[in-house]
Amino acid sequence: MTETGITLRAAPPASLWRSVLRFFYRHPNATLIALLALPLLWMVVIYFSSILQMVLVSFYTTDSLSGRIIPKFTLATYQQLLQPANLDIILRSVAMAAAVTIAAAIVGFPISYYIARYARGRTKVLFFLGVMMPLWSSYLVRVYAWKLILSNEGILNWVLAQLGLTGVLDAVLSIPSIGGASLSTSYIGMFVVFLYIWLPYMILPTQAALERVPKSYLEASADMGARPGMTFRKVILPLAFPGVVAGSIFTFSLTLGDYIIPGIIGNSAFFIGSAVYTFYGTAGTFPLAAAFTVVPMAIMGVYLLIARKLGAFDAL
Amino acid sequence: MRSDQPRASWPLKLAAFAVIAFLNFPVLVIFLYAFTTEEAAFTFPPPGLTTTWFGVLFQREDFWRALATSLQVAAIATLVAMALGTLLALALSRTKFFGKEMISLLVLLPIALPGIVTGIALRSSINQYGIPFSMWTIIIGHATFCVVTVYNNAVARLRRSSPSMNEASMDLGATALQTFRYIILPTMATALLAGGLLAFALSFDEIIVTNFTAGPQQQTLPIWIYNQLPRPRDRPVTNVAAIFTILITLPALLVAYRLTRGGDEQA
Repeated sequence: MTETGITLRAAPPASLWRSVLRFFYRHPNATLIALLALPLLWMVVIYFSSILQMVLVSFYTTDSLSGRIIPKFTLATYQQLLQPANLDIILRSVAMAAAVTIAAAIVGFPISYYIARYARGRTKVLFFLGVMMPLWSSYLVRVYAWKLILSNEGILNWVLAQLGLTGVLDAVLSIPSIGGASLSTSYIGMFVVFLYIWLPYMILPTQAALERVPKSYLEASADMGARPGMTFRKVILPLAFPGVVAGSIFTFSLTLGDYIIPGIIGNSAFFIGSAVYTFYGTAGTFPLAAAFTVVPMAIMGVYLLIARKLGAFDAL
Repeated sequence: MRSDQPRASWPLKLAAFAVIAFLNFPVLVIFLYAFTTEEAAFTFPPPGLTTTWFGVLFQREDFWRALATSLQVAAIATLVAMALGTLLALALSRTKFFGKEMISLLVLLPIALPGIVTGIALRSSINQYGIPFSMWTIIIGHATFCVVTVYNNAVARLRRSSPSMNEASMDLGATALQTFRYIILPTMATALLAGGLLAFALSFDEIIVTNFTAGPQQQTLPIWIYNQLPRPRDRPVTNVAAIFTILITLPALLVAYRLTRGGDEQA
């Protein structure tokens, strides 16, 4: 960076400009405010106020005739939210998000570890593209591709039939509550698609965290007599953990609020996202839709606080 | 124990390649069915292969309009996000102040909360203030969740660079702006570009927030695809469109990869 060739002009261009700069130099707090003003204004006025508005609406009533929102405080919407049918939706979404997150952590770790520690040069670029390409090729088209893969006349069934394994699939599909008529209409199929769609979001931060583990630590651990397995458990895993937590923020949140995948794959049971979408679009149920958005807000709020404690924010 | 070039055990290698296969198999399916001769049904294996769908897509004006809208939205949203993200990174990277943690949490929120929450919240605000839905409302929504990718990249780079360079520059008589122009900006440039490219790709493929912030006249590429997909006859054309988007985002990602790797190699 030393060869940039900095030429400082001796003559100050305009004294007013110069005194403005001097002012900021002498008042670091003013500099801070000047830097923060625009982005904070954007995030608070546009984003945060809108989010807050949703929380407020969840406590408002609607006019029974016109369906308009009346700013009168009520807890009736939350009573409605806690009815068994709605509670089922919440529990179903949380269970799916948890299952997808745990699976993503398990499936994502070995590949992240391989990329971070062993892949070099061309292999590394190949793996980078292999993870990124599906991530950025149209989300919708990939979900539909899975419908083609999982449906009864789809590729998976064809492959299983060729291998003579149709019986295995039927056995899996006959498992009560998570099975179904075909993979594309069952929770198992939905789970696979969710896992597929959000897996890169787990791999990327995990791999980044693994790459930040200094080689010297591993050498030190080995020098002090730790076997590779022990180094892995005592050095690598704890250092990679914040990365896994950072990834889990995405896999959990994205599964929790998705309404497109449950609409295309699965047995059309409601998830939080589909509930928000439907109630928002129906006259008079806007407060309920708002209350349904407060659920992921609350869950993710707690989740983020825990994630921060675990050091995940530095691993994003 | 020598660990210059450690070799992976075969189960690890197998697991890694299995996951890559899992991740890319559906992309191959998309490619395959972009060439199928069948219009409506999708049997495997496809009865024949053809390239007619590329020609069909080429003549679909609505596709090109949607593509143009998407490129415009992504470009402007990325520029806004880069400006806001840079300012935030400069403010938050070195100084400690009350509320700093809150601000970094606030920036993260639009991607840590499900898209439908952001989408509906923005939509009802836009409604409330009587702002007409347009391309600009889409851009506002996209810029909001794109700030974090730029911010994260910039902050990571600033954290690794040493503050002594700035001090040296100031000691030599440079003004704050000169220091920014000649020291800070060159240090951040590649990180900003990488963050910007990720923001672009993020905006380009976003559907949920877009769905809620777009007016009836605006069709971005994902919205076009969303309207396309339920029509089985248009499925091969849609697959061609998907291939097209891959071809657009892939170079951007490769560039972003090169830019962020450069600084990490020796770490």
